[in-house]
Order: sequence, then structure tokens, then C-alpha cells
Amino acid sequence: MRAEPALSLVPDLGEAPAKLSAGGVSKSFRNARGGTVSALVEIDLEVRQGEFVCLIGPSGCGKSTLLNLFAGLEAPDAGDLRIDGEPITRPGPDRAVLFQDPALFPWMSVLSNVEFALEMIGVAKAEREERAMQWLRRVHLGHSANAQPHELSGGMRQRAALARALACQPEVLLADEPFAALDAQTREILQRELQEVWSETRNTFVFVTHNVREAVFLADRVVLMSAPPGTFVTEHRIDAPRPRDFEDVLLSKVVVDIHAHLTREVDKVVAREVRP
Amino acid sequence: MSRVRSVLSQLWPRVAAIAGLVLVWWIVYATGFFNRAVLPSPGQVLGAFGDTFFEPHPPRESILAATQASLIRLVVGLAIGITVGTVVGLAMATSAKVQRSVGSLMSGLQALPSISWLPLAILWFGLTERAILFVVIIASIPAVAIAAASSIRLVPPLLVRAGRTMGARRWTLYRRVVLPAAVPGYIAGLQSAWALGWRALMAGELISTGNKGLGHLLDANRQLFLTSNIFAVMLMIVVVGMGVEATFGVIDRRVRARRGLLLAT
Repeated sequence: MRAEPALSLVPDLGEAPAKLSAGGVSKSFRNARGGTVSALVEIDLEVRQGEFVCLIGPSGCGKSTLLNLFAGLEAPDAGDLRIDGEPITRPGPDRAVLFQDPALFPWMSVLSNVEFALEMIGVAKAEREERAMQWLRRVHLGHSANAQPHELSGGMRQRAALARALACQPEVLLADEPFAALDAQTREILQRELQEVWSETRNTFVFVTHNVREAVFLADRVVLMSAPPGTFVTEHRIDAPRPRDFEDVLLSKVVVDIHAHLTREVDKVVAREVRP
Repeated sequence: MSRVRSVLSQLWPRVAAIAGLVLVWWIVYATGFFNRAVLPSPGQVLGAFGDTFFEPHPPRESILAATQASLIRLVVGLAIGITVGTVVGLAMATSAKVQRSVGSLMSGLQALPSISWLPLAILWFGLTERAILFVVIIASIPAVAIAAASSIRLVPPLLVRAGRTMGARRWTLYRRVVLPAAVPGYIAGLQSAWALGWRALMAGELISTGNKGLGHLLDANRQLFLTSNIFAVMLMIVVVGMGVEATFGVIDRRVRARRGLLLAT
């Protein structure tokens, strides 16, 4: 990985094989005026089986783009992306995605939304309701199964989206700032719940956020991306045992470190924006 | 109790509007400003409505029979028009080429009042059932096609992406995500198709000297100078229109309420 000197040395995760890998990935977009904007430049990243990685960086650094590439929703201009060593060519239920908007289907009840995911992975009709209810209870939504999505609060909708994603029984979970639109209290509750559920399921997880505290609380490894075009700057291994506590002093120290780094990258973006 | 009150509060403005209209009408009638053979009183119209609703007065059919004939034409015409319009709309939504070519034809067709097709239709099909149906069909096709295509194009991309990440592809994605998401816009298209089809049908029946239907009954009454009966038939046309409109309103509100697209009142 091309990087500035890291703040802390990242120990190798040992023998666990790479679940997801990106090698030399570049991606640019055409803007409205017909120019080309480079979003990612020669990114290399490996995510191990069962690892929880948070991508963090200033806005526009391409972290969501990288996630979409792993999801198979977009194709890279150069480089290759793999899951279990196989090239990623299109989206699939082996890589469930949590978006910032819950993206529940508004014409279906919460239960039907989860059942839809089960149907897509080929679960027999007779089993769907039972299994969907299990996932909904897991995220404390058992009582709202028959509600329509618009009848739920923002936090409950995002829980339903999590249940739907988990119901796919994905090998990999990809999340694009799923809690960014929630209020601070709800966000903290959902972060705890996510930690709880993940501690049981241990899916490989790539989680994009711009919230350092959230990243440090959730991740095994926090990868900091540069001001755009996105490359990797540094990464931090978070070894604190789970369940973690927001008040943990050691975690707070890491948050401060990463924050300092992130601020520097954000400053670069701002400097570029205000330059005449 | 509160339910009764809410129904009443919705009902009274409508009743008041109709009562006001009838009152003005009656006052104008009472002043004798218009010849009473030209402008009948509300009571005479209601009387004519009652006399001719079930009872045919040869050569004129009863209002009920005329309504039946018109509704059958409407249903047949709309069934064909909606089917063709939907197929054309789906093709427009799937292919940019079809959108640019057929889509612009549809916009052009929509600008042309459908009744202007009637002279051609009569030359092609003669004074037959088919000529009238043709006008209804040509009125409804563009409305349905344009609504279907645009409601599909306006489906939120995020929902499509969500469906794809769960493994839905091609036909499954289209049938389970894209089409259901487009339903509210499509219903709006059906609503305008029915309204355009109904207007075209009335005009067609009026002009094409067919032998049945509400439009024809209007013309038959005109030839006999029966103004009360003309008003009675117009009343029936309004009643049918409001009935169909109300049915669509209920369906539309149900669909939108289910999706949280309705503002709480």
C-alpha cells in the first residue's frame, strides 16, 4: 500500500485469506461540464475474512466509489476487484449493501421487504416468513413487521434495512454511511446494535463513514483516505476487545490521532476550494 | 360519531355547490329572460330524467340503455387503448431509440384532439361501431404510453440499486422493483386516459349518427327540440364521469397512502 508513514504499525492479520481485494483500482467520472474528475487513483486494499474495515476520509475522496466498485454497481477504469479471488463483475446477494437511505421498497410491508431478500437467494416460500421474522426480532423490529416503511422512524427504517441485508446471508456487508442521516442518540444506539449483531455473525464488513468516533468504535482497522483524488494515507488497527464502550480512554486516544490526520486532509480540500 | 362528522364536513361543500347552481338556474328560469322552451326549469329536467331513465320513447332509447351502450364502448375502447399504450410506454422506457422516435410521435398525437380523427375513421370504417371505438382508442394511447414511460424513468435509482445488490436481475428486477415503483405515475396516466376517452366517445357518438349511446341520445333529443331531455342526458354524463373519477380517486389514494405519499389531513 502506498502511504505516508503510518501513525501506528499495522500488524498482519495472520493467515486469514483475503476475502475482498482491490488491486491498482482507478476510477474517474465525467462531470456536468464534460470534464473528467478523478475519484480513485491506483488503490490497493485487502480485507480479510471476518474483518471489519472502516474507510474514512474527506468528502469526495472516493470512499463511496470504492464501496460501489466492491458492490459491483460500478466498474473500474483500471485495476481489478475480487471476492475470494474471483473477479467482481456485477452486484449479488453475497455482498449485501446498506445505503445511507434505507432504500426499503415503499409498496411492501417491512416483513415483505425482508422476505423479498430471502426470495432472491432462493429460500422456499414456506420458510420465508419465519426466517424474516427472526432477522426482524434480531434488530428489535418484531412488533413492526406488518408496518409500511413510511410508518417507521428513521432509526427503525435503517434497522429494517440491516435485517434485510443480513437476511441475504451475505459473505460481505458493505455500508455507505448508513447512520449519517440519523440523530446523535439514535445513531449511537444503532452503532451498539450493529456491534452486537456483527459480533455474532462476523461477516466481512467494509463500512464507509466520515465519523471518526464511529469508525474507531466499530472497526478492526480504520483506513484513512486522502483528499481527492482518493488514495490511502494511513491505517490504524484497533485491537480493543468487544463489546467496546464509547467512553474507552484508549479508543478516545486513537480517535484524536485519526482526527488530526483527517483534519489535515480536509484542510487540503478546503485550501483547494478557496483558491481562486 | 366523529366519522359521521368528517363525512358530513366533506359532503356539505359539494351539496352547497349543487344547491347554489340549481338556485341560480331556477332564478334565471323564473325571471323569464329566456324562452321557457329553450331553458327548462330544474324540476322539468328532473321530470324528464325520471320519465326517460328506464322508459324508452321510440325512436329514442332510455337513458339507462344509452348509458349501458356508451359504457360498453368505453370499456372496450379503453381496454384496447390501455393495452397498446402500455406496451408502447414500456418500449419507450426500455429503449432510448424508441423513446426518441415513437415518444415524439406520442407527444404529437397527444396535441391532436382525438375527435379530429373521426372524419378519417368514418371514411375508413364507415358509420360503424369501429369508427367510434377507433377515436376512443386513439385518445387513450398517448396518455397511457407517456405516463407509463415517464413513471418508469422516474423510478428512484436507489431502489433499483438496492434490488440489484440483493441479486434481482433483468426480468425479475423489472417485474418486482421497477414496475411496482412506477405504479402511482401509471395510475395517473390511466386517469387521464379515461377522461380523454370519455370526451372522445361523447363527441364521437354525437357526430357519427350512430344509433345508440348517450351522445346519440343528446342528438336525438335535439332533433325533437326536447331541451329538458338534453339536460337530463347531460346530467347522466356528469354522473357517470363523477362516478368513475371517484373510483379512480379511491384507488389512487389507497396506493399512495400505502407508500406514505399522502399528506396527513
